[in-house]
Amino acid sequence: MAAVTYRDALNQALREEMARDDSVFLMGEEVGVYQGAYKVSRGLLDEFGPMRVVDTPITELGFAGVGIGAAMVGLRPVIEFMTWNFALLAVDQLVNSAAKMRYMSAGQVGVPAVFRGPGGAALQLGAQHSQAFESWYAHIPGLKVVMPATPADAKGLLKSAIRDDDPVIFIEGEMLYNTKGEVPEGEHVVPLGQADIKREGSDVTLVCHSKTVSVALKAAEQLGSDGVNAEVLDLRTIRPLDAESVLASVAKTHRCVVIEEGWPFAGVGAQVVDLIQREAFDELDAPVLRVTGADIPMPYNKHLERAAKADPAKVTSAVNQVLYRE
Amino acid sequence: MATKVVMEALSPTMEEGRLVEWKKQEGETVAVGDVLAEVETDKAVMELVARAGGTLLKHIVEAGATVPVAEPVAVIGQPGEAAGGDAGKGADGDGKQGSGAAGRRGGGTQGTQPAPGGDQPASMPPAPPRAAAESGAAAPAPARSTGSPAPDRPPATGRIKASPLARRIAAERGLDLGTLAGTGPEGRIVARDLETASPAAAEHRATAVPSPSPGPSIPTSQPYADVPLTQIRKTIARRLSQSIGPIPTFYLTTEVDMERVWEAREALKAGQRGGGAAGQDGVNVSFNDIVIKAVAMALRQHPECNAWWQDDHIRYWNEVHVSMAVAVEEGLITPVIRHADQKGLRQIATEARDLATRARERRLRPEEYTGGTFSVSNLGMLDIDEFTAVINPPEAGILAVGRIAPQVVSQDGQVAVRRRMRLTMSCDHRVIDGATGARFLQTLKGMLENPLAILL
Repeated sequence: MAAVTYRDALNQALREEMARDDSVFLMGEEVGVYQGAYKVSRGLLDEFGPMRVVDTPITELGFAGVGIGAAMVGLRPVIEFMTWNFALLAVDQLVNSAAKMRYMSAGQVGVPAVFRGPGGAALQLGAQHSQAFESWYAHIPGLKVVMPATPADAKGLLKSAIRDDDPVIFIEGEMLYNTKGEVPEGEHVVPLGQADIKREGSDVTLVCHSKTVSVALKAAEQLGSDGVNAEVLDLRTIRPLDAESVLASVAKTHRCVVIEEGWPFAGVGAQVVDLIQREAFDELDAPVLRVTGADIPMPYNKHLERAAKADPAKVTSAVNQVLYRE
Repeated sequence: MATKVVMEALSPTMEEGRLVEWKKQEGETVAVGDVLAEVETDKAVMELVARAGGTLLKHIVEAGATVPVAEPVAVIGQPGEAAGGDAGKGADGDGKQGSGAAGRRGGGTQGTQPAPGGDQPASMPPAPPRAAAESGAAAPAPARSTGSPAPDRPPATGRIKASPLARRIAAERGLDLGTLAGTGPEGRIVARDLETASPAAAEHRATAVPSPSPGPSIPTSQPYADVPLTQIRKTIARRLSQSIGPIPTFYLTTEVDMERVWEAREALKAGQRGGGAAGQDGVNVSFNDIVIKAVAMALRQHPECNAWWQDDHIRYWNEVHVSMAVAVEEGLITPVIRHADQKGLRQIATEARDLATRARERRLRPEEYTGGTFSVSNLGMLDIDEFTAVINPPEAGILAVGRIAPQVVSQDGQVAVRRRMRLTMSCDHRVIDGATGARFLQTLKGMLENPLAILL
């Protein structure tokens, strides 16, 4: 297997799916001639032509709606948002049209569309451009929410998302695009709704997703040198949530810390904690703790921004608490 | 910085203590371990020891005052330091004084670490590890630091705090959480606290379950075996409890011929007077000592009567610890002769004398009047022919011993006058059935009527 960047892994998935199924097309701002703000769509315009790689005006609500309409009549659009911060303008289409169509048409009309782009904070992009919205979309019945952390998962999950018959919110990470990892060539499909153990452990479960997977892995490494064997469970899909994997891991370790990039209130981690306390109550040796982004708009100041993010030190501190080591 | 001295839980059941006498006066220098005061608990007069050094700045309460556990009684600090603000309880919002141990069992006061932090109490009941700081990553620190005064201790609900996992493990292994000390926040019992708690208990259960008939089998390597309740045992417990009080008690009485014991005791006394081996130390063996020894040996043969009722299981003891009722000025207390089955009469006599003396002086340590497996109560010296004694839970039986008196009896078809003694055993019917108790009494009677049998 070759080491491939996350962006190129996504590119592979798009190319392979567009070649495999000519109803798949890509649409968004700067996806064609400019080859994508983050170069995810590099080479696709040349290969598939302007009918299938469509540059749009700066109108998120408009092109999201066009994409949903195309999906309703049988195409499989992949709608790129330059970032999920900009997609706030398209939330009405995503929530009121994409998520509701199958239900309100009594199952007659589905929306097999993928909405993708980077989410969360990068570095010093300011409060309005540094936001993690996965819990918003995961809140909506009718939407699936997928968040790959590695290049291999990025490719495998995007292929599954494109083949899925329902709308999929596919959230990438600007800070992930340049990360490299082994990616299987050709047909590599990761099913939606399956978490993945990124590191086996026995003492505590670190539930994480997307960018916080690397945070959890770094914390696990530090804890390992301290005699604590942490298991890192990457959710990969936020909804549907892989309850079975979460519960199996907690049943093994009896302690859990849930990590996410977003704000704490009503976050993804709150849902995971609800699941654990309900279904694994008798397995718990300590309350489940959460490590999240600070409950504030993201500061622009470099030091404050760093302090506001979930990091390995906060994770190890929480782990020490659930292990009663502090 | 000034530190508070609080009333400690000096006995397992203590909720308040009366400060009998200050042993250190205001202005005196105190070192860690110094006796600050004598405290009268519900059971005995005990010593309140300094957990921090310095100068005793202030007595918050006067001698004679009764103080709830965990309330401040004094302040220790540096000479000249102000003690004033600390006198009131809790008004300073001292959130760290989360003493949680008012009524908790198992912790004891030994080994409590004097905390280096200046604002920790200078003495305290089993100190729970302080509540861990909130995760720095989550929202701003919640209510803990808000203005309301921090409670000095949680409400004394008697609830045992344990993690769900610890509860499950304890249930699976038949462990009593009430006997364990928790090391988690606020004294919470967590899984690691069970690691050291008799991991072999599960094996006992496995070996004991299939052989209910001749009594429990207790591996000799362990002090006791916990045996889960069978359905019939549960039904007996439920129905009989409905019938009589919390402990469904029944009584068995037998009369014992004490002639041989009398002769044996006379011989012992004679040997003593003659400087024989039996009495070199001048200890007089009493009838009660002989009864205690015989009871201990009979319990060896009848472990089904040497047991504790534990609500969801029965604890059959492999060790025999005989509680001995001693009348004291304000009531009674039951000091324990440990391993009475393994001790000679002279040692039992010596210990019984010492325990009784110190019981009347209220100088017994808690471990000296807890942990018995069966009780003996004797009112013979007060000319009582026979009586029924009240069971001392969780023990399952108590033997009430009457006086030894000459009686006219039929012996070998002839009328004879013999020294006789009546024994009445009170039995917890949840543990001991009629025939079980009767067989024990039969063995005991046999031993007393033929004292050599005690040696068997």
